[in-house]
Amino acid sequence: MTDAGKAWMLHVALIAALFALHFVLPAYHHGVLARVMVLAVFAMGYNLLFGYAGLLSLGHAMFFGAGLYGAGLAAYHLGWSVSAAFSAGILAGISLSLAVGVLALRTTGVAFMIVTMMFAQAFYLATLHFNAWTRGDEGLVLQTASRTLGSLSLADPATRYLAALALFSLVLLLTLAVVRSRLGRVLVAIRENEPRTIMLGYDTFAAKLAATVLSGAICAAAGAAYALLFGYVGSTLVSVQYSILPLLWVLMGGAATTIGPLIGTLLMYYLVDLSGGPLDRLLPGWHLTYLGVVGVALVLLILFFPKGILGTVRGRWLRWLP
Amino acid sequence: MGFGPHLVLALLEGLVTAATLSLTALGLSLVFGVMRVVNVAHGEFFMLGAVIAWAVAAGFPGEPALGFAAALVAAPLAVGALAYASDRLVLKRLGYDPEATIVATIGMLYILQQAALTFYGADARPVPAPFSVRIQLPWFGYSGYKLFVIAASIVLLAATWLVLSRTRIGLIMRATQYDAETAQAFGIPVEKVYAGVFALGAMLAALAAVLVVPISQAHYLMGRDPLLLSFIVVIIGGLGSLRGTLVAALLIGLSDGVVSMFFSPTLAKIIATLAVALVLVFRPQGLFGKPAR
Repeated sequence: MTDAGKAWMLHVALIAALFALHFVLPAYHHGVLARVMVLAVFAMGYNLLFGYAGLLSLGHAMFFGAGLYGAGLAAYHLGWSVSAAFSAGILAGISLSLAVGVLALRTTGVAFMIVTMMFAQAFYLATLHFNAWTRGDEGLVLQTASRTLGSLSLADPATRYLAALALFSLVLLLTLAVVRSRLGRVLVAIRENEPRTIMLGYDTFAAKLAATVLSGAICAAAGAAYALLFGYVGSTLVSVQYSILPLLWVLMGGAATTIGPLIGTLLMYYLVDLSGGPLDRLLPGWHLTYLGVVGVALVLLILFFPKGILGTVRGRWLRWLP
Repeated sequence: MGFGPHLVLALLEGLVTAATLSLTALGLSLVFGVMRVVNVAHGEFFMLGAVIAWAVAAGFPGEPALGFAAALVAAPLAVGALAYASDRLVLKRLGYDPEATIVATIGMLYILQQAALTFYGADARPVPAPFSVRIQLPWFGYSGYKLFVIAASIVLLAATWLVLSRTRIGLIMRATQYDAETAQAFGIPVEKVYAGVFALGAMLAALAAVLVVPISQAHYLMGRDPLLLSFIVVIIGGLGSLRGTLVAALLIGLSDGVVSMFFSPTLAKIIATLAVALVLVFRPQGLFGKPAR
């Protein structure tokens, strides 16, 4: 089989496996996996820019937030239907990423990280400032009635899982198509050596802007889905922590791998979730929270395991992994 | 009180902010200037300074002046040693790669917050001021300690400037900043300079925190605002430019004092962060810096 064939087979098999898990997982893990799939979409959007184009953004919470608030506010205040609110979220993400991209892509390296971080901070502060509409930290809870798609209620666990899976599958296959496309290869070329790519005649600014908008749209889709599936929209979901988490998930799963973001998100979710109990018993009274787990994971990953799980697998064994 | 006295009060508060902010931002600026490392954990070194100051001051009950003096020595030393160790254990191994070090210092930020939460707790705790004198101005009384903070910061800034511009250590640091490879070729132990600068930067933040903590309180999340404000100052002043950092700290501190007295603080912060992002986009060398070589 060709490498392309193997890659498509692997992705379809992954989607089939996730679909099969819908029928066998116990209720708790079923709920976790639905959430993880939505967050993995966020990570995949981040990975497109960080992994493939080599642009380290420290502000992707604002794109997630654009979708979250775009969809959440439309559904809460304007009473829009699920599909209209979802589209509003994605549109908000596209407009924001276009504006931020045009400005931030004028900078490179460290300046790019700080500019994206500052824009995200301004977005976060704005959600606090306009608390007449957003209710700031306390957030908005979307009523179950406003979260129905035809006769299906998105608050129902089974529907929620399948909706999350549908979005995840769509974005997974889209990412695979993009990274195998001409644009994807130009992005990798930019990551490896931008001056040389310019010299070869490519418009690198246009390619990076396209990647930023695509990444912003995917992250916004994740945010909009999060609002509509889990019914909560709040400032904590757009704080700086939510700009760091996708970076961590992608680093752990493997930057510039299509499936890495899902693996990283899943592992980190369970790591934070499961380590809580045993650590508390091991070190009672230490109040170990996600802070310590995330901090140690970041330092260890960047020191000893910078390629992440799938990056290492690809380097050692499966050269064809996209 | 009329508008005039209000403005004087706002300016005084702004000067206090500017004084400690310039110390903190100078630390960040030094580290970036010499090592090209963006230290996201800088605010946590500030927080540790305040927490250690609380712990030391608690060891001298009833004698706030003695406790404060001890904290002024102990906190920077302890934080400096920690920063030195983290440079040796983490940053050096990453070869000071800008992106990898940012990720690593984000990790350090979380680890230090967790450590403070574990060993210090989630409460905000006050530290007594070393003395409580009120200076009577024509319109209102003002805390003598706050005036002391301004004076002490000026002394510390002057000392740092003297070290950088008049001593052999400063010369070595500037040589490393100008061109690390050539400096190494001339026998300067660049790695030791890096570790020392990272420690010095952290010590400046810790010193600022010891000065601030009698005015505010020690809390494990208190490092966030100083980090953000230092970023703003360092960027407006020009990354790595010390004079620019001082001018920008004065500008930001004063305007922060004035703006937050007359406008909503959140709105002021939104405008400040957006302004900084735009400065970085359209004038990456900062308002006062020179373009990169």
